[in-house]
Amino acid sequence: MSRSVSTPPTVTRWALSLSGKTFGREYFSFAALAILFLATAATAGEFDIDASVAPELRLFPSSPAFTDQDDTTLSPSIAFEAEIVYETDSGDDRLTFAPFARLDADDNGRSHADIRTASWLHISDDWDAVVGIDKVFWGVTESRHLVDIINQDDAVEDIDGEDKLGQPMINGNLLFDDTTVSMFILPGFRERKFREDSARLRGATPVDDNNPLFESGAGRRHIDLAARVRHTIGDWDIGLSQFHGTSREPSFIASTDENGNKVLFPSYEQIDQTGLDLQLTTETTLWKLEAITRSGHGDRFVAAVGGFEHTLFGIFDTNIDLGLLAEYLYDGRDEQGVPGTFADDDIFVGARIVLNDEPDTQALVGALVDRRSQATLLTLEAERRLGSDWKVELESRFFVNAPSDDPTAGFRRDDAITLRLTRFF
Amino acid sequence: MKTSSRILAAAVASVLLAGPAIAETPEEKGLAIAAEIDRRDLGWGDSAVQLKMLLSNRHGETSARELRMKVQEVQDTGLGDRSLIVFDVPRDVEGTAFLSHTKVAEPDDQWLFLPALKRVKRISSANKSGPFVGSEFAYEDLLSQEVEKYEYKWLQDETCGDLECFVIDRYPVYENSGYTKQVVWVDKEEYRIIRIDFYDRKDSLLKTLVFSDYEQYLGTYWRAGTLQMDNHQTGKSTTMEFADYEFQVGLNDADFASNRLKRAR
Repeated sequence: MSRSVSTPPTVTRWALSLSGKTFGREYFSFAALAILFLATAATAGEFDIDASVAPELRLFPSSPAFTDQDDTTLSPSIAFEAEIVYETDSGDDRLTFAPFARLDADDNGRSHADIRTASWLHISDDWDAVVGIDKVFWGVTESRHLVDIINQDDAVEDIDGEDKLGQPMINGNLLFDDTTVSMFILPGFRERKFREDSARLRGATPVDDNNPLFESGAGRRHIDLAARVRHTIGDWDIGLSQFHGTSREPSFIASTDENGNKVLFPSYEQIDQTGLDLQLTTETTLWKLEAITRSGHGDRFVAAVGGFEHTLFGIFDTNIDLGLLAEYLYDGRDEQGVPGTFADDDIFVGARIVLNDEPDTQALVGALVDRRSQATLLTLEAERRLGSDWKVELESRFFVNAPSDDPTAGFRRDDAITLRLTRFF
Repeated sequence: MKTSSRILAAAVASVLLAGPAIAETPEEKGLAIAAEIDRRDLGWGDSAVQLKMLLSNRHGETSARELRMKVQEVQDTGLGDRSLIVFDVPRDVEGTAFLSHTKVAEPDDQWLFLPALKRVKRISSANKSGPFVGSEFAYEDLLSQEVEKYEYKWLQDETCGDLECFVIDRYPVYENSGYTKQVVWVDKEEYRIIRIDFYDRKDSLLKTLVFSDYEQYLGTYWRAGTLQMDNHQTGKSTTMEFADYEFQVGLNDADFASNRLKRAR
């Protein structure tokens, strides 16, 4: 598909022909396979079941920017998570099933369920393998996860890219002393889901995620491939990765719906992305770099995040550790016709405070500042345990100073303060 | 804990000293005791144990930690033991794993596996004096105790409970220690550490650690079943109870490799 496709009827027809009947078939067959394994697992071995329930309350102090958004001030929701693990006596085989669900009182788009993990893991002396749905994290930096590409963002959970959808995969890892070689076959694409038109944090223009476009004729059934080599030399950890397949980030095609309102259709292009992640670990400082080069989204481009985290252990003769973080973010992608980014030329500074007390109290404050527009995203995250089975978390995010043409402008009145209480079972 | 050079030095010293009637200095005697503790604990290979911790404050409020620990003895010069800790309780950190490769002179290598993010983080290791999981134990209290990590001085012999003990001072020579001095009671019969008094950077008595319920494994190696740490300055305390000690369970380098950490359970 060329990016010049823009007439709505063609777009819609073309997209519809790919959606519907093939919806997530690989995904569900992988899930079924893994559940079958669990169900037929021999009674020898060990089951371990964990679960958590997390009610949360989100406060939006400002009224929304767009008239079709609901003027929600207090928005409650509740999340359920479980993990059932069966391990054989030898420990060589492990079956894991981890479902997730959220019910959101105000945003039907955010009320969703996902299978985070449904996998069979086999562990051998110098290799291991995963078949099923799983999550894989690559990378080192704090303010942006550039290299991490296996899993799709769970973008309705939050807009920070930290939550991920389970990805069907066949993964093999060769384990040498200081080197790991990982290979991935990724059948079954997970689309990014978006919030309802009336929801907070939806952005400037509503997204119609029912009718995504795919560059590949195979659509969601395109089989993506990835590989990574990780190597440790003394204090250095180096990762080199390659991804070939459907971009996890969609670009958007602007159109209008039947009522003449603006709407965006996600469009998933085929990309090739090479990634580098690097960390130098010293006694008190972590030096970090992530860089990618990607083709398939306009001109080939380079993006990078680099910086450090320096920890002052036991400040003022207390048990408190203070971590100071600074990262520079660069992204050289085209400005039109490719997935947008907020991090083209930005500086992140932050401070992490860890009290090292009985309830594990810690907090992270951060500011991400665009060097040209001065648009700033302020974050504050804090958490501590309550008793032995509860945890309370506070997350707040403020969009400051965003000019109307900034990528964050659509969120400018969606400052949010989230209070979450998690009960672990 | 490979300490051959120091042991050799101590051995040579003791042979030389046994001949002519030259008095052993308190420093030489202290080092010889430390070297003997180390020598008697060589060759256990690897171990696995379950640990319950009870943290108490001065108001009597308590909280629990449960974890499993695997340790591999490393005899190479300059290197210390490797340990892997997996947490079970409290539940919010269940599955979190901490891997440590200790070294004598250089900074240790440490990694943390965070199960919710499926992320292995290599972390800075200068936090020697920081509390371990909010307890009264500092990281440095739990790391392997190579002979070269301290300078020593024998103080006196005295009765400790039912036993006869050497009492020695040891002074940390590694960086980032929270202590100026530790006073160590060692039983003369089996060279087991019975008690340690810790002195903070201002040289005031900070904590006392008492080792009890010693049991002998493989007919050779003594391990305390209970560690009681009392902080004299805050009134807080931590009790460690070890259970199901196993030795030579066949752990190998792979079990302590950072690229296997995300599979640790």
